[in-house]
Amino acid sequence: MVRTIDEINEKIERDEVVVLTAKEAYDLVKEEGVKKAASKVDVVTTGTFGAMCSSGVFLNFGHTEPPMKMETVMLNSVPAYGYIAAVDAYLGATARSSENFEYGGAHVIEDLLSGKRVRLEATGTGTDCYPKKDIDTKITLDQINEAIMFNPRNCYQNYAAATNSSDTRLYTYMGALLPKYGNVNYATCGLWSPMLKDPEYRTIGIGTRIFFGGSIGYVAWNGTQHNSAKPRDENNLPIGPAGTLALIGDLKSMNKRYVRGAYFEGYGISLMMGIGIPIPVIDEDMMHQLSLGNEDIKTVVVDYSVASRSRPIVREVNYQELRSGFVEIHGKKIPTGSTSSWALAKEIATKLKEMIVEKKFLLSEPVEPLPKNKIVKPLEVRRR
Amino acid sequence: MSAQIIKKKLILSFSPELAELPFTYHLVKDFDLIVNIIRAQISPEKEGRLMIELEGEKSKLERGVSYLQNNKIRVDSLEKELFHDKDLCVNCGLCVGVCASRALVLDENDELKFIKENCVMCGICVKVCPRRAFEIEL
Repeated sequence: MVRTIDEINEKIERDEVVVLTAKEAYDLVKEEGVKKAASKVDVVTTGTFGAMCSSGVFLNFGHTEPPMKMETVMLNSVPAYGYIAAVDAYLGATARSSENFEYGGAHVIEDLLSGKRVRLEATGTGTDCYPKKDIDTKITLDQINEAIMFNPRNCYQNYAAATNSSDTRLYTYMGALLPKYGNVNYATCGLWSPMLKDPEYRTIGIGTRIFFGGSIGYVAWNGTQHNSAKPRDENNLPIGPAGTLALIGDLKSMNKRYVRGAYFEGYGISLMMGIGIPIPVIDEDMMHQLSLGNEDIKTVVVDYSVASRSRPIVREVNYQELRSGFVEIHGKKIPTGSTSSWALAKEIATKLKEMIVEKKFLLSEPVEPLPKNKIVKPLEVRRR
Repeated sequence: MSAQIIKKKLILSFSPELAELPFTYHLVKDFDLIVNIIRAQISPEKEGRLMIELEGEKSKLERGVSYLQNNKIRVDSLEKELFHDKDLCVNCGLCVGVCASRALVLDENDELKFIKENCVMCGICVKVCPRRAFEIEL
């Protein structure tokens, strides 16, 4: 059985398409097997919602009278990067307010999306063509020209879970890690997670249309630190962090429900993003991958008490065990916590399914595949 | 005229060394209080926590509380309440792993459930929540 994207899109147009969410596909294959499910189902929708630090938005504020080249740019006291032409800036999600350390770029993005007025302060050197030297005003999302979200690294294909063997509490981007293996936190949405459902990037590539923050967005490139060469297990799945995606979309059309600022105690700011990717059931192999459940998908638990880029691995664990609320470490039951929302992951997969059925979302063929054998290089500190 | 009788729910937090101190005995014997232990959480090498209800004469109850505080026991009033803002919450469950009294759990729909009766007002969820969805209110 082979199915093309064009055939699926024709079925969408004819109201004949069969779409299931990742969990529904898992249940169907358990009942009827891969072969039968593959012949019945055209598309399986996935979803994820969690902190994705490598995110931000390109803004174009429009020109003042007289014109100005904005260099230092602050939005609600959060610094943005202004050295892009005159009135373009990039606001990074993790940038921090000089006045309130629990507020940052991600919160400015959320405030803009909520329709709130945001204070813009900027300075420039003043040139013949851009004489104005400073500005202090209020902007809204509606009023500025563009707000293009471009996130260099989202949608991690699996992520390591975190614990802490030391005697002191650690505050990390994986949450608070209590001493002496007090808890284990994990980030991936298990069977909902987009990149684990197409682990070899057979259908997800450059140009793929996706659900991005409640709107339609696209895969722009492989994400930074795209580690596609990561070895795979018997299910073709990486055990720990592997591929990533760079995503692009229009902030103006997004829904604030799926774009939320976050503050992790002792670590800082991050942006919680909601993303969904439809996976076309192009053949039976694809259906097999789509049918894998939390019991089949594994990650590693690493010890964050070792402040090194290569932290020791405590054990391997599957998402069923993580999701049960406890994992066993050295014979003890350790409580688990998630940094991502499985409730919203499911909601996004369900919403994406509706969009496809209602012809509001057509599937797309990748323009180029994602690189397959990329590794992540470390940065060595050299004196000369 | 008889003295005013009052009831108060309190949370006592104390370091492991204080586990030996027979303070419930002293509350009864020295201050004439009725002590009802609602919840106890004491484990070796960890901070102990007791949720108790005290009943007795107002002045004696106040002196009893001072006695506890003089013995380095932290006394928090249970008049306080943890407030969970469902609009701010994204149901991630980061609070679940640090909630030792299991007052915060994920239900079968992956949504956060706050079981008020289990809460001992330790406040760790307030600190840990990336969405700042918890507040301890008076």
